[in-house]
Parts: sequence; C-alpha cells; structure tokens
Amino acid sequence: MFATGDPLFQRSFDGWVLAIILAKTLIVFGIVLVSVMFMVWFERKVIADMQNRIGPNRAGPWGLLQTLADGTKLFFKEDIIPANADRFVFKLAPFLAVIPAFLTFAVVPFGGTITIKGSPANPDSWYATNLQLVDPPIGLLIILALSSIAVYGIMLAGWSSGSKYPLLGSVRASAQMVSYEAALALAVLCVVLVSGSLRISDIVSTQASDALQWNIVQTALVPFLLFIVAATAELNRPPFDLVEAEQELVGGFNTEYSSIRFAMFFLAEFMNTVTMSAIIVTLFLGGPNAPISKPDWIEFSPPSWLNFAWPIVWFVAKVFVFLFMYVWFRATLPRFRYDQLMDLGWKKLIPVGLAWVLLLSAAEAGNGELQFIIRNMAIVLATVVVGAVILGRAIRLGTERYQEVGAPGDEHTTTQPSLSASPKTGAH
Amino acid sequence: MGYFRGFAKTFKVMFEKRTTTQYPEEIRPKPERFHGRHVLNRYEDGMEKCIGCELCAGVCPAKCIHVRGRDNDPDNPTSPGERFGFVYEINYLRCIHCDLCIEACPTEAITESKLFEFAFTNRQDAIYTKNELVVDDLGLPQRLPWERWDTDTDLLSSGWMRATAPSGKADVTGTVQWGGELGYGVRNPEASQAEQMIEIETARKIAIAQTSASDGHGDTHGSDH
Repeated sequence: MFATGDPLFQRSFDGWVLAIILAKTLIVFGIVLVSVMFMVWFERKVIADMQNRIGPNRAGPWGLLQTLADGTKLFFKEDIIPANADRFVFKLAPFLAVIPAFLTFAVVPFGGTITIKGSPANPDSWYATNLQLVDPPIGLLIILALSSIAVYGIMLAGWSSGSKYPLLGSVRASAQMVSYEAALALAVLCVVLVSGSLRISDIVSTQASDALQWNIVQTALVPFLLFIVAATAELNRPPFDLVEAEQELVGGFNTEYSSIRFAMFFLAEFMNTVTMSAIIVTLFLGGPNAPISKPDWIEFSPPSWLNFAWPIVWFVAKVFVFLFMYVWFRATLPRFRYDQLMDLGWKKLIPVGLAWVLLLSAAEAGNGELQFIIRNMAIVLATVVVGAVILGRAIRLGTERYQEVGAPGDEHTTTQPSLSASPKTGAH
Repeated sequence: MGYFRGFAKTFKVMFEKRTTTQYPEEIRPKPERFHGRHVLNRYEDGMEKCIGCELCAGVCPAKCIHVRGRDNDPDNPTSPGERFGFVYEINYLRCIHCDLCIEACPTEAITESKLFEFAFTNRQDAIYTKNELVVDDLGLPQRLPWERWDTDTDLLSSGWMRATAPSGKADVTGTVQWGGELGYGVRNPEASQAEQMIEIETARKIAIAQTSASDGHGDTHGSDH
C-alpha cells in the first residue's frame, strides 16, 4: 500500500528513501510519546488552574517531568494478575488499547513538505517528503477502523479481569463506543462528501487556500460540533467518562490492572486524546494550513527554512486549542448519566448527523447549478421533516411507555420521573 | 445557556489568585495556640518543675506518657518539692496533642511548643525522654538536630494554659494566673473572650469591606510557581 501523493515515492527507490521512511517512523513515534507526556502534564496543570490549585510543580521545571516520574514509578511496581483473570486476554488487552493509539497518528499530516538536500549541485541527491508517515487512499477508514479496534482493548480488559466492576465498565464501554461511532462516522461522511476523497492528504489540500475553505465552514459547522461530541464520547473523556466512573465503578475497566499494564491504558487514553485533536484539526480546520495566505502587500519574505516550520507551528497551535478544550470540558461538565448518554447518542446526534448528510449530499448532487440544488434541497428537507416527525413521535411514545410501565427490571417504582419534565432550577 | 456560564466560570478561575502555600519553602506563621512537641519547664533557679505526680500520665487519653517519681536527694534536689520526675517519656507515635496533660499539670511543668516538624525512622526514636524534653539553661526548648525550628515555634508555648481560665469562666481577665516560661519571662494575660470577640468582629468587617471593594477589578494570576 504505497502512497502516491508523497514525492518520496515518485523517485527511484534507494537506501536513502528507506532511511528517511525509518527516520519518519521514529520521529512520529517520538512525537506521539512526547506529546502524551506533555498532555498528561498539561491536563493536570490546567485542571489545577481551573480548580484554584497549583498542580504538579516538583519534578523538573514547572513539574514538566512529573509524567516521567509517574511512569518510572508504575514501571517498577508489582504487576498483579487476579486469580480469576483470563491470563492471556488480560495480558493482551493493554496492547490492543495502546497499539491502535500509536497507529492512528501515522495517517495524520502534521506539516508540509520538506526537502532534504544531499549535495547542492546535484538535484538527484535531493529527497522531498511529506510530513505524514503514511498516506493511504483509505486514510479516513483506517482512522475509523483503529478507533473501533481500540474498543476491544477496553472491552477485553474488563471482561478478562474476572471482577464485576471492570466488567460493568467494559459493558458500558462497548455500548457507548459503538453507539457514538455511528455519529462519528456520519460527521466524517459529511467531510468526505465535501472533500470527495478518503485520502487524508486530499482532504487537507482541499482546505489549503484560506480559512473559508476549511471544512468547518464548508460543511456548515454542524458536523464539526457533532464530531467533537462524538469524539469526546469515543475517547471516554469527561463528561462521557462512564467507562471509568470512579465513583460508581471503583476504577472502571482498568480496576484490576496495575504496574506497567495500567500505565499502558493510561498512555493510550491520553494518546487518543492528542490524536483525536489532531484528527479534528485535519478534518475540519485545514490541518497544517494557515488560516490566511500571506497578503501580497507584505514585502517581507521569511527565510526558506521557515517554510517547513510554519505548517508545523499552525498544526501544533490548532491541536493545542483542542487539547485545552478537552481539559476545559473535564473541568466544567459533570458526568452524564447512562440513559442520558444513550439518549444523546441515538435520539439526537445520529438523527442530526443523518439529516446533515442528506442536506450536504443534496447540495453536492446539484453540481453547482442552483435549480438542481433547490430541487434536491426541497426533496431532502421534506424527507427530513417527515423523518423528524416520525422519530419524535416514536421517542415520545417510548418515553410515555417507560413512565407508565417502568423500566425493564425496575420493580420498586412504577413511575419514573421524567428527565425533561424536571423542574428547572431558577436563574442564579 | 447555563452550560456556557459554567465554562466562563472555570475559565475565570484560571486567573484567580491561588491560596496555596508552597509549604517546605514557604512557612506560614503558626497559630497562637498550636499544639506541638512538649517541653518540660524549669524554674528560674534551674530546678525542674515536674514533681513526678503522674497526673499527666493519668489523664492522657492516648496513654502515651510514662512517668515515674522518686524522692529528691536532700543534699542535691532536682525539684523544689519532696519528689521529682525520675522517668519522663512521651511516645510521639501515640500522642494526639490534645493538651490534657498541660491542663492536668499542677506545677506548669509540661507545656507544648509549636514544633510539629520532627520525624523518626524507627519506633525507638519516637519516644522522647527527659533528656530531650527538659528545657535548656535559658529555659528555651532544646533544638534537636532532627527537628525543624522556626522563629515562632517556641513562642507562647503556654498559650493553651493561658486560654483556660482557672476559675472555669471564660471571661477571666486582668490577672496573671500563670508563671512564666523561663526563656520568655511572665507574659501579660490575654484579653477576655468578650474583648477578643469585638476585635475579631471588627477585623472581619474590615476584611469584608476590602473584598467587596476589590471585587470589581480583575485579579492577577497568582499561580507563580
């Protein structure tokens, strides 16, 4: 599965090409590891700030090496496997969580094209390559597939622990991640409709010129919001962290894990957060592209080595915004209840996603001719309205039945307080 | 739109002043009646105040004090009375610093300093004997090498006694009821609780007035670490 977009593969294949590929692999590996270290520190520091605390400040300057210290500590702790555990699966699960987390970052472009010059006189010794490890034609599908595989890690971890709380956590994990994957895929589908390609580099290059070309504008914001909510749920981050709701489930799916196996889950979780932020940036915010191109009236031209630095700076800056957003979510939002989570996923996000895919495809199918677009829009809008009415009726029927009969297995009360009818607390 | 108010709140807190004290580097002044490590006091002439009556050991709820009395040598007495504390040991793994021993002591022999930063690496070291507890010739607590003393750690070490009115009334004022600690002499009695309450109220009102005046301005970021 060799990529065609990368200029590295458009020349003859020799030892240097191989060396560059290996170097890129190592660099991406290093970036992921370092970014996880940074993310753990950043999250602890920012959430401390938001809770009027100081946060880690002992290990290294501003506590930067705290993650390293924690990791070293975890590495040297006793590794306990419960007697009831399924030993093979128990050992396998952390790898199933951490390896997809590493792999996902491989398809993310984090910079522009760089040129490595051999001798200045001989252009044959110049090697140009994109700052993206691999650019398969089905890059988006790989992202979705890997995020699905990551569910196995969590699910099997809980199942194989031979303990009830991890099992509950993993049951929640599988249900939650499977339901929100649908909403996630619908949001991604909107991007694919607009970009016309599953290849990540194509998606980035269609957003190249300025911020108006970014998919957040091109898909009219809604898929972006949909993606953020679904991605937060997919990452098991607050407010959707039911999988490891420590007040209810001790530690969730990883309760029985200790030592380096626990560290791997921890690593995978933060790695996924970083990667998901990078994917949001790639899909909706133009990846490494600048929001505005340099206006002509600016005479100043930066030195040429900055040409490859600028896209990286833009990329990191954008990712940073989303990392902050995730921490902000955690500091602000209380955890959802399980039924609220399922309601949000199935009754709100997925219908909205479906409707938006229909609307966007109606616009795309018009081929840019106004009359066709209007005709398609009319048909789609009618469909959406009918669908919304039917769905709303179904949801209301379900809620009423739920209130009359009580939830299955609920023997204590026959009436359930309605969620939506709870009295609003007054403005304060 | 209540959600967004929540986000604004957490964002605003990021720039609020921190109240955290960076403890090992930064030491807060200790409260006046802080209960810390004990000292065994002496009179001005160097005689020990302890008479070995074991009332402190009897009242101790944690059973951490071990005292044995012995008759004074008439030629070379250790304390002014008939008997003196021959053995005096406090186990700091058990002591809860309730200060009942100080209240029980009929001669003000035992008081508490404000020292709490002392650590041991084995159980034997946790037992302080007379060698460590008795004050030095100036009447000041011994500063043992494994203890961390600050300037205010041995101040007002009889604060708890002075707060406890001998008559059983909280409002005793104006009379010196207690002898001095040797190193610092006799101190004036505290104000009565009624007077103290007035002071506290005034301070509180001033503080409220100040905070409500400064509320309108943005606070500077206080988390300099």
